[in-house]
Amino acid sequence: MEKPKAHIDRNNAVVKIRGLKKSFDDYQVLKGVDLDLYQGENLVVLGRSGTGKSVLIKVISGLLTADAGSVEVLGCDMDRITDKELQQLRTRLGFSFQNSALYDSMTVRKNLEFPLVRNRKNLTRGEIDAAVEEVLDGVGLLQAINQMPSELSGGQRKRIGIARTLILNPEVMLYDEPTAGLDPITCIEINELINEVQQRYHTSSIIITHDLTCAKETGDRIAMLLDGQFQREGTFDQVFDTNDKRVKPFYDYNFIE
Amino acid sequence: MPPYEWKEVMRQCYEVGVRSFTLISLTGFIVGLIFTKQSRPSLLQFGASSWLPSLVSIAIMRALAPLVTALIAAGKVGSSIGAELGSMRVTEQIDAMEVSGTKPFKFLVVTRVLATTLSIPILATYTGFIAMLGGYLNVATNEGTSWTTFVTQFFDPLTFVDFVSSLAKAVVFGFTIGIVGCYQGYNASKGTEGVGKAANGAVVTAMFLIFIEETIIVQIAGWFR
Repeated sequence: MEKPKAHIDRNNAVVKIRGLKKSFDDYQVLKGVDLDLYQGENLVVLGRSGTGKSVLIKVISGLLTADAGSVEVLGCDMDRITDKELQQLRTRLGFSFQNSALYDSMTVRKNLEFPLVRNRKNLTRGEIDAAVEEVLDGVGLLQAINQMPSELSGGQRKRIGIARTLILNPEVMLYDEPTAGLDPITCIEINELINEVQQRYHTSSIIITHDLTCAKETGDRIAMLLDGQFQREGTFDQVFDTNDKRVKPFYDYNFIE
Repeated sequence: MPPYEWKEVMRQCYEVGVRSFTLISLTGFIVGLIFTKQSRPSLLQFGASSWLPSLVSIAIMRALAPLVTALIAAGKVGSSIGAELGSMRVTEQIDAMEVSGTKPFKFLVVTRVLATTLSIPILATYTGFIAMLGGYLNVATNEGTSWTTFVTQFFDPLTFVDFVSSLAKAVVFGFTIGIVGCYQGYNASKGTEGVGKAANGAVVTAMFLIFIEETIIVQIAGWFR
């Protein structure tokens, strides 16, 4: 399925990163990353395992702090942000975790209600139910509303995880390996869902993945993280039009020629 | 804390009570029964078997009821809190709460600590009552003491300080079980191994602290007697 045309505003960067550095003990993962995510854009971040792709979106969401450099998200400087401001900012971000991170002691309904009742305190019971049903319908899983996460398949869990982030109408979506561990058919469905989210909710997204099909299907722009920095950037074809030994195996492995 | 988190506090209180109820009932009854049975021969030697209810009441109300309840709860509830929060930490559920603009500390930690702090004193009171029944069974069988006489003799030596110190101990133990379980679980790392360590750490640390707190509170209560 061809990716629907996105309305990208290249004059408006919703995430601006300059010179981002992050180390764990003696191991420097990010060595001065620069990145702009534009309004309405799906940006795919590719890179080998351990290159800091997930670290990057954890810094953007404030789960990790940068060692050096500046990170600006929706106009907020993550270096100077207060706890209260960070909490408010997070309601404008959606984070889809690699393993979905559904609250396993709650039903699907309770999972979706959880952020809503805590961030939109004046909603009535009816409005909460309507919002939950609407967003579940949007990911095609309304029938799972009373199920426990343990009763769902990997693909369903992923969809519910995305639905849970969508319930607050985020402006920026962060997807951590959205297709990891899923069968090819479910991967296609998730890719379509990511594009649908971009169209319907007018989100700007960063998609962390190893899956080049996902990158090709969902990305308006691809950025490749190599040796702790973004060294290749552009459309899918531009990024892989190279003989770079660090880049070519990605393509060859995913698209056996 | 917004009012709706009280629902979670009540749910946790129910969990704490239900998780420990059967074991505490059984242990409390056996402690009362065995303590009375073991003490009786010594008192008989001095012809003081009529003092048995008083002896049992002092032992149970001053020390055994809160201590036994706390140790059982540390094993059942503390490990469960450690494992639950540990599992939520390693599966990124706590991170998911954080990035959805909620405060997991409030929802997960404050509610559980409140639940254990409120529930353990209730459970300790219940343990005291059940242990009293165990003690009565032995005394009634061997001495033929009536329920009214037993109860009168049971409560006779107890002072206000005994009740307050016993309750204070239970509150402190409850808080310790909750806070240690939450700390261990909340800071778990390294996958499933970390969950096991969190559960184990919750029990061992809580038990260790409970014994230290018991010693300190006994000393403090002694000054007021």
